[in-house]
Amino acid sequence: MSLRVESLGLVLPRADRQPVRLLDGISFTLGRGEILGIAGRSGAGKSLVAAALAGILPAGARRAGRITVDGQAPRPRDIALAPQRLDALDPLAPIGRQLRRLARGRRDPGGFLDHVGLSRNVARLYPHMLSGGMARRALLATSLASGADWIVADEPTVGLDPDAADHVMSLLGRLAQDGRGFVVVSHDLTRLTRISDRVLILENGHPVEIAPADAFTGDGTALSTVFSRTLWRAQLPDTVC
Amino acid sequence: MNWLRPLLLGRLLRLAWLLPLATIGLFTLVSLAPIDPVQAYIGDLSALVGPEQRAAIAATWGLDQPAPERFLSWLGGAMTGDLGRSLTYGVPVAEVIERRLPASLALIGIAFVLSFVLGTALGIAAAASRGGRVDRLIRFVAVTLSVSPGFWIALLLIAVFAVGLGWLPACCAAPPGLTAAETGMGDRLRHLVLPVATLSLVGTAPLVLHTRQRLLGFLESPAALHLRAHGLSWRRVAFGAGLRHALGPALALHLAGAGELFGGSVLAETIFAWPGLGQATVRAATGADAPLLMGIGLATLLFVFCGNLLADVAAQLVDPRLRRTTA
Repeated sequence: MSLRVESLGLVLPRADRQPVRLLDGISFTLGRGEILGIAGRSGAGKSLVAAALAGILPAGARRAGRITVDGQAPRPRDIALAPQRLDALDPLAPIGRQLRRLARGRRDPGGFLDHVGLSRNVARLYPHMLSGGMARRALLATSLASGADWIVADEPTVGLDPDAADHVMSLLGRLAQDGRGFVVVSHDLTRLTRISDRVLILENGHPVEIAPADAFTGDGTALSTVFSRTLWRAQLPDTVC
Repeated sequence: MNWLRPLLLGRLLRLAWLLPLATIGLFTLVSLAPIDPVQAYIGDLSALVGPEQRAAIAATWGLDQPAPERFLSWLGGAMTGDLGRSLTYGVPVAEVIERRLPASLALIGIAFVLSFVLGTALGIAAAASRGGRVDRLIRFVAVTLSVSPGFWIALLLIAVFAVGLGWLPACCAAPPGLTAAETGMGDRLRHLVLPVATLSLVGTAPLVLHTRQRLLGFLESPAALHLRAHGLSWRRVAFGAGLRHALGPALALHLAGAGELFGGSVLAETIFAWPGLGQATVRAATGADAPLLMGIGLATLLFVFCGNLLADVAAQLVDPRLRRTTA
């Protein structure tokens, strides 16, 4: 019962020239109830991994490699994306209608709101009426509504204050315990390591290493590459000033 | 619906200062017109009417008074619901409007619905085959229509369907010699086809291009990509959430363009000799019929005002971000 990604790549063909490899050689296996964190510097290709997993490719790009769910090719609704951009919520529809749209009317949308810690009144609200934290939770609720077992959350804490960011991250941890597999893309390595089982470090579209989350501790000596250690140390409070 | 009240109140307030300004503006324009109403009335009988008789006609119509006094006297009447007497038709202005407005409204109403259905359907079809043959053909027709003057389209339709093929009548609301009341439903509908087609075609072009653009804009938006990322098909996204994004603004655009439809009906009614308000407008203008022009002007103003108001209501009904709860 797992999501298996083998040599995932993203190639942008160019006329008369070498194609650009936006992503290359990304492999991991994710079990139900597990969280894989994906971290890296800005521009490392984190969001591209999220998009490639969800099948939303940049114009003209081609996906390489293999993705399987329990040994089979994934169906369109197996993997859902909770995108980084808050404008991914439809501005013209109340949250309740957006949830019903994805659930194809199968369930009362209130249940999804309960799961992400939002009041059921939010079902009647439009996206522009929500705070950043509420909109993030609403985006997660849409992922639950689609019924996907594998959810890719792209930068779920961006734009949130520390308290709201903590809440969203712990929410992801709880949702994973219900039996879903999560890929969480974030530049916030400290919070990411608190909820993840393993963290994949990415640089220039290539995997640097996949380390267990508890390796991200102290000054990072348990990490196997210099790059990962540097990235981890850059996050430590005493290196900020 | 707590946004509707402030919107309606705000617009009524606007109408309260717009109406007096519009009446003054209209009257000034009509009095400055270089047409002598008495001469226009006499027409070919010019040689038979002497200066005394001309003065008598002018005095009967109150034209011997200075313009401000005529305006005040018209305003006094208008406040009590008396819009004066039409110089060209010889009956009260209210009667001319009452008798002719239904014919115009029928023309405009049918054209409004038809052009909306046709325009949005073609816009959606074009978006669905983006870059394909159907898209290119629809865009070509829409762009050609949008740069074609209404009167030219009317003449083209007459040339093809009335003169060339002989399928449809070229003029009027009823066969010659019969009144509309004596005409059967089938005949009445046949007479409606060409004027309605002219007006509808003119109104269709902007809708096609607008609907296509809006639908494609939505389909490329993060909200649509989000739905696709959840496994929803292109068709489901386009015809589910997409329709709201495309049709709402299209309806608002169409309602806001009601004034243009009214202007188009003046032209279509003239060409097809349609017994509506548009035809009366042309007669009133060429006859310098100040009371009728004022009456029709005010009716047009109210019509356009209502169109704009409905456009605002439609836009805010569809897009909650536009709503304001204070005036």
